[in-house]
Amino acid sequence: MIAELEKVASEYGDAAGRVSKRIIICAGTGCVANGSLKVYAEFVKRIKDAGLDIVTELKAEGTGDDCNHPTLLQESSSAPIRLSKSGCQGFCQMGPLVTVEPEGIFYTKVKPEDVAEIVQTTLIDGKVVERLLYCDPVSGKQCTGTAEIPFYQRQSRTVLKSCGIIDPEDIREYIHNGGYAAAKRAYTEMTPEMVCEEMLYSGLRGRGGGGFPTGKKWELTRVQPGPKKYVICNGDEGDPGAFMDRSVMEGNPHSVIEGMMIAARAIGADEGYVYVRLEYPLAVARIRRAVADAEAIGVLGDNIFGSGQGFRVSVMEGAGAFVCGEETALIASIEGQRGMPMPKPPFPAQSGLWGKPTVINNVETLASVPIVIGKGAAEFRQRGTETSPGTKTFALTGHVANTGLIEVPFGTTLREVVYNIGGGITDDRGKVTGEGFKAVQIGGPSGGCLTEDHLDLPLDFDSLKGVGAMVGSGGLVVMNKQTCMVRIARFFMQFTQNESCGKCVLCREGTKQMLALLDDIMEGNGTEKTLETLERTARAVQKGSLCGLGKTAPNPILSTLKYFRAEYEAHVYQKRCPAGECKALSKPTIDPEKCKGCTLCAKKCPVGAITGELKKPHVINPDVCIKCGACAEACRFKAVSGV
Amino acid sequence: MPQTLEKTTKRLRQFKKVCEILDKYERNPAKLIPILQLIQDEYRYLPEEVLTYIATSLELPPAKVYGVATFYAHFALEPKGKYVIRLCDGTACHVKKSIPILEALRERLALSDKIRTTPDMLFTVETVSCLGACGLAPVMVINDDVHGQMTPEQAVALIDEIAAKEGKK
Repeated sequence: MIAELEKVASEYGDAAGRVSKRIIICAGTGCVANGSLKVYAEFVKRIKDAGLDIVTELKAEGTGDDCNHPTLLQESSSAPIRLSKSGCQGFCQMGPLVTVEPEGIFYTKVKPEDVAEIVQTTLIDGKVVERLLYCDPVSGKQCTGTAEIPFYQRQSRTVLKSCGIIDPEDIREYIHNGGYAAAKRAYTEMTPEMVCEEMLYSGLRGRGGGGFPTGKKWELTRVQPGPKKYVICNGDEGDPGAFMDRSVMEGNPHSVIEGMMIAARAIGADEGYVYVRLEYPLAVARIRRAVADAEAIGVLGDNIFGSGQGFRVSVMEGAGAFVCGEETALIASIEGQRGMPMPKPPFPAQSGLWGKPTVINNVETLASVPIVIGKGAAEFRQRGTETSPGTKTFALTGHVANTGLIEVPFGTTLREVVYNIGGGITDDRGKVTGEGFKAVQIGGPSGGCLTEDHLDLPLDFDSLKGVGAMVGSGGLVVMNKQTCMVRIARFFMQFTQNESCGKCVLCREGTKQMLALLDDIMEGNGTEKTLETLERTARAVQKGSLCGLGKTAPNPILSTLKYFRAEYEAHVYQKRCPAGECKALSKPTIDPEKCKGCTLCAKKCPVGAITGELKKPHVINPDVCIKCGACAEACRFKAVSGV
Repeated sequence: MPQTLEKTTKRLRQFKKVCEILDKYERNPAKLIPILQLIQDEYRYLPEEVLTYIATSLELPPAKVYGVATFYAHFALEPKGKYVIRLCDGTACHVKKSIPILEALRERLALSDKIRTTPDMLFTVETVSCLGACGLAPVMVINDDVHGQMTPEQAVALIDEIAAKEGKK
């Protein structure tokens, strides 16, 4: 069966055109956690109660499907209201998000009890429920739609464009929006050489972090002899603090499948695997559904678009190993082995899965492919920088007003991302403060820290390499002044030490030693020798490890040592933690000038270390004190310091 | 209790479900990981005798099956509690203070880094490196329910709620 894209698109368009309004409810992981499915159910109930026509699934005319709303099958006088779920819209902390189309009204933090009001005010009276609109904390302005919200305004969403708009579980909507047209073009109008050339010219670089030119990778695999080749989609996004791939798989799974199809065309593969982290159950379910739907409609199968070439996709869940994001380890995992990396060469392009030539691309890379092939490489190059064309999604988290998923062209500065899109730095209580920016950790456990000096650095693959960081998968963790950099380095070290597969000595033993050295520093047992040994070990692990995990594991240490050396030295020589986070080094004391003797701290102290009379300054007994910080939190006069 | 234990052993001896899973994957050794996943879904952990059985039927050395089962974090060789509480300790959750939540949970349930499951087999507390819901940091997952923007107090309250429902003090 050969897919008839135009027919599917026009049928869908006819059905969608008969809808009067469409309500889109975000059903990404974040919004679901915040209860968006309850909101969805409430909408179904309330719209029915209001006597309005509702449709939750569009059916084409005359398909004879059991339709939950017969009015769509024949011309009905009243245009129904359509309710649909979308993938992650990227503004997770404001969820659950509800959008009303065609007006484009954007409601945030919608609770089930708000639904009745939305139905009455917006759907029936055609007005806006103002209290549910997003209020820009900087200007105090109420924003009706995403176009007015700075967080969205300053982004250029291309890969994420459809995420949060289309229904990820409806292949027809994807096709209606021009989906699979690029795949059709690749299979019917282009030769594999042409596809590789187009990719090479586009300059697309691997979005998984390495930044290797995708076209080059494909070309290397294309020229390998042999009838059997594989395409693998690497959805093992294990970096802590990164969720771009998850959102693409949840929000627009078909774009990933289409990217794989084009890759298969370019190299001559007939089989593909999508390897997804097990921690992303929703992404697994949506990719599986997408594959099944694509097969049912004839997009995937034996004779794609009549080209004679076939391509089938299987989905595999990981089992919880960060190292499986490394391509050779991922291949071992698909083969049913322990996920241990292999020395390269041979590269997967020469000998990959079952020893056959294999292309492994990251989710976001593959989702970019239909954009390149569909619109042409020249247009793709319009955005981004000369050496890093296109856009990049980042997961913006940490001490920043707007956390979430963003997409900006390469070359955007950190300042733009943190202040204009992120809305500025927050303190530990979540309030926006004018200052307090300390650092941004970019690229997860293999990346490094950027400081205030780098705020105007254009973000791209090469500029970041120059300052000892890397794009990595795209996690951006913003940290305020209350964050101890030694602890952050230790956090990543603990992660890589846990996740080291143990195959090569340097990584297995080196990460363990570095972790122990950092512990010494944090507990006040560090000496000059500790710092020296730490740096030497880090350099050795960087040089001698087998795979990317070990090679980049010391980056967080080296970059914090480079930019925040004073903080390490304070821990070592003065036995104090400037950020006041390392408990072992804290010495809580009460300032008698500020203490009003309200006794609150004494009441809160779990071990009774604080003594003093009412309305007289209190004192802390250092021998009893367990440095828990409860007193400092309780004090309304900021009299407790050194915690 | 002994009755249920007897039932369990009996069910284990039958291996009927295991055979079904093995057949589903045509006893293909390359499918070892999906097989183990399904078996863990069935038994909630990987019992040793089942691992040996799988090895025999896939014609693999038991050491290899055991090696794969111990390599991946998801596979458990010991039974887990009825409620598996996974606390996210990804970067975003970490900087937003996930560790105090972990400490509060462990204190409430008298658990530690070594002992992760309560003796009554009701709760298991573990950390995961990132759940990908960083916008809601800090995040905690109880079985499959995601709870965002947690505080130590809220986390303990959730535990209390479950414990009360289960009729435990």
